[in-house]
Order: sequence, then structure tokens, then C-alpha cells
Amino acid sequence: MRYNERELLCLARQPAEKAAEILMRVPKKGSVLKKRLVKLVVNFLFYFRTDEAEPIGALLLEHCRITKEEENVFSISFVEEPERKYCFECDSEEQCREWVEALRRASYEFMRRSLIFYRSEIQKMTGKDPLEQYGISEEARFQLGAPR
Amino acid sequence: MKLNERSVAHYATCDSPADHAGFLRKRVERHHHHSHHHHATSYQRRWFVLKGNLLFYFEERESREPVGLVVLEGCTVELCEAAEEFAFAIRFDDAGARAYILVADGQAAMEAWVKALSRASFDYMRLVVRELEKQLEEACKSLAACRKSPQRSSSSGRKRHLSNPALLPLQEKPAVLENGYSTWGSGGGIPGGAVCPDHDGGHAKPPPLPPRRRSAAGTAVGSLAPGLSPAMPESPVSPETDCFSKLHNWYGQEIEVLRREWQERQKRGHP
Repeated sequence: MRYNERELLCLARQPAEKAAEILMRVPKKGSVLKKRLVKLVVNFLFYFRTDEAEPIGALLLEHCRITKEEENVFSISFVEEPERKYCFECDSEEQCREWVEALRRASYEFMRRSLIFYRSEIQKMTGKDPLEQYGISEEARFQLGAPR
Repeated sequence: MKLNERSVAHYATCDSPADHAGFLRKRVERHHHHSHHHHATSYQRRWFVLKGNLLFYFEERESREPVGLVVLEGCTVELCEAAEEFAFAIRFDDAGARAYILVADGQAAMEAWVKALSRASFDYMRLVVRELEKQLEEACKSLAACRKSPQRSSSSGRKRHLSNPALLPLQEKPAVLENGYSTWGSGGGIPGGAVCPDHDGGHAKPPPLPPRRRSAAGTAVGSLAPGLSPAMPESPVSPETDCFSKLHNWYGQEIEVLRREWQERQKRGHP
């Protein structure tokens, strides 16, 4: 699958919501924990060797599962392959919890659900559709029970 | 640079809602080394699917895997003065990045695509969500103010609304379910709740054009430093929104209780 790698690299240089040096292990046989600079930008998690400007890789954070594992550790896996886990070992439980929290909210799908929820709540409370004045109330992606 | 391509391709083809889809002709760039040759432009018809900030394209509508992906961050969408009618371009802030020239079937299709793509960025979505969070917070405050409860101290004004069943945000903190990803449940039986007399929350303007993600000036001061600062000050889209964290705290306790109850019900085999 072709993709605009150049733009993705550019995105990796943008200000991050969260960034830290964390030990990371990829789901590959024989792989070990390695120190990486991990950077969350929109719904992508980039990871760099700590002394390099260009990321080694990126994870699109859609349809993924963030699991709190043992102490200081969390993992990222994807719906279609739940056993393949990217593992991250933090410096502290607090850091671990913060990352889990941030990553769970990092998907576009999460925002979509939040939007639908807020819209619904506001409608219930005020009787008005908050999206109407933005001219986007008819968009399929904002409907409760969007078509599958 | 590696990308979790398998997962990305799966996301492209799974049944999560697409924000827009349709046939478009995509201009193929061919490189000519001889400057005196004019570029031969050709177009390939592809099936395009927009999901969030990702624009996928497939060879055929029924193809099981996308042939390509355009990540729609840091770009603008504009009408294009190509030789083709109904053409538009996706251009990136990054100088030197090539633009994608796409051609729709007609005026309506072109307008629909331009509209959908202009609003596809993560930042735009985040902006709208923040706006709604604020509105909900204001609506909550209004509702709380509506209820006269002389026994409660004024400082618990915010807490009061937590007991209003209409405000139980079961999905505010999406529970990670066993099937691997959180889903949008129908949140069984949230009653309508009291309707407060309509308070005009002021004149809400439509959200501004999606802020361009400012590239951190090339060499990006501290872009590799751990524990980076979040979005730049002039961007309205700051991850640490005061409002959201407040809401989060308010609902937090209630969520825990509800989650426990929900999980217990699940164990007992209730749907």
C-alpha cells in the first residue's frame, strides 16, 4: 500500500501531545526492550531511536487496544491481531497510566464517539442540535448509530 | 519508516463508518527528464474512501485492500485550475511535497469532496469536540442552576448534576471491552432528564477554519526532547483543555460506579 511517507515524516516533526523516552518492544520474535523516543501526534504514535531525527516507525492508533499490563507496562495491539503486542515499559506507574489514558483518547474514532455523545447530551438538555449552526449536522459521521 | 500497514489496511476495509466515498480520477505524475517535453498527464480512476484523517484509494470498489493512502494532516484542499473540469487539489504545507490532483464526476461530487476533505483533519474534529464540551458544560451549569437545593452548599453546584440520570455518560470514558476495542453501546435506558428552560448560551460562531498545523520551524527546537510541550500557544487546539479535564473529573467517580455495575450485570448474563 502506497502512502505519503514524506507527509508522515513531516507530521512526526510536529509538536506532540505527549513524548517521552520509553522502553519499547515490537511484536517480533526475539525482539527485546529498547529505549525509544515515543511521540504521540494526532492519531499516530511515532517512535525514534533516541539520537535520530527520523522515526523508525509509526503506529496508526485506530481500532487498537491499549492494555495496562504488569507494573509500569502497557501494550498496544490491533483488533485483527490481538496477540501481536507492542510493549512499553515506563519509568513509573504514573507515567504508564498517563500514557494509557492519552493513547485511549488518541483515535479519531474516539473523538467521533465523543462528539456524537456530546451532541446527544446537549440535544437532550437544551432541545437544540449544537451541530446545526456549524452546518455539519447532516454529515453521516456524526449520526448516532452511524451506518455500518 | 515502518507503518503498521496490515492494521491500517484492515481499518480501511472494516465496517467502521466512512466519512465519504466515491470514484475520483487521480492524476498520475510522470517524471520527464527532458525539460522541453510537456508532461503527459494521465488519470487513473480509483475508488476513494475517507475515514477520519485518512484518505484511502482502491483499484476497484470491491477491492479487499487499498492501493494507497493519503494522510490528511497539514494540508489544504483547493479547487484546481487543471485542464480538467471538477478538479481539486490536496496540497501540503510541507514545501516540495507533491500535491494530489483529483477529479470528480461533477460539480456536486466535487463540492462534497472538497467539503469533506477540508474538515477531515484531526485538529478540526478536536476543535468541534471542544466546542461541544464547552456547550455541554454550560448546559450542565444551567441545569444545576435551575435546581434549587438550599441544603447543598454552593461549592457542590457542579456535583449536583451527577445525580441527574440524564447526564450519566456511560461512554465518556470508553470502556475497553473484551473484544478488543471500545464500542459505542446504546447506553441502555438513559432517561430524558429534566429540560431546563432554554438558555441562550450566547452567540456561538461556527468554528474557524481548521488551524494549520504549524511545522516547528524546520529544526524544531526541542522536537526531539523528551517530555515535549504540547501544541503551540497560538493553536486553539490544546490537548490540555481545562474544560475536558473538569468534565472528566466530575464524571470520573460516577463512571467507576457505573462500570462496576455494568460489569456485574455482564457477569450475571444480562445483555
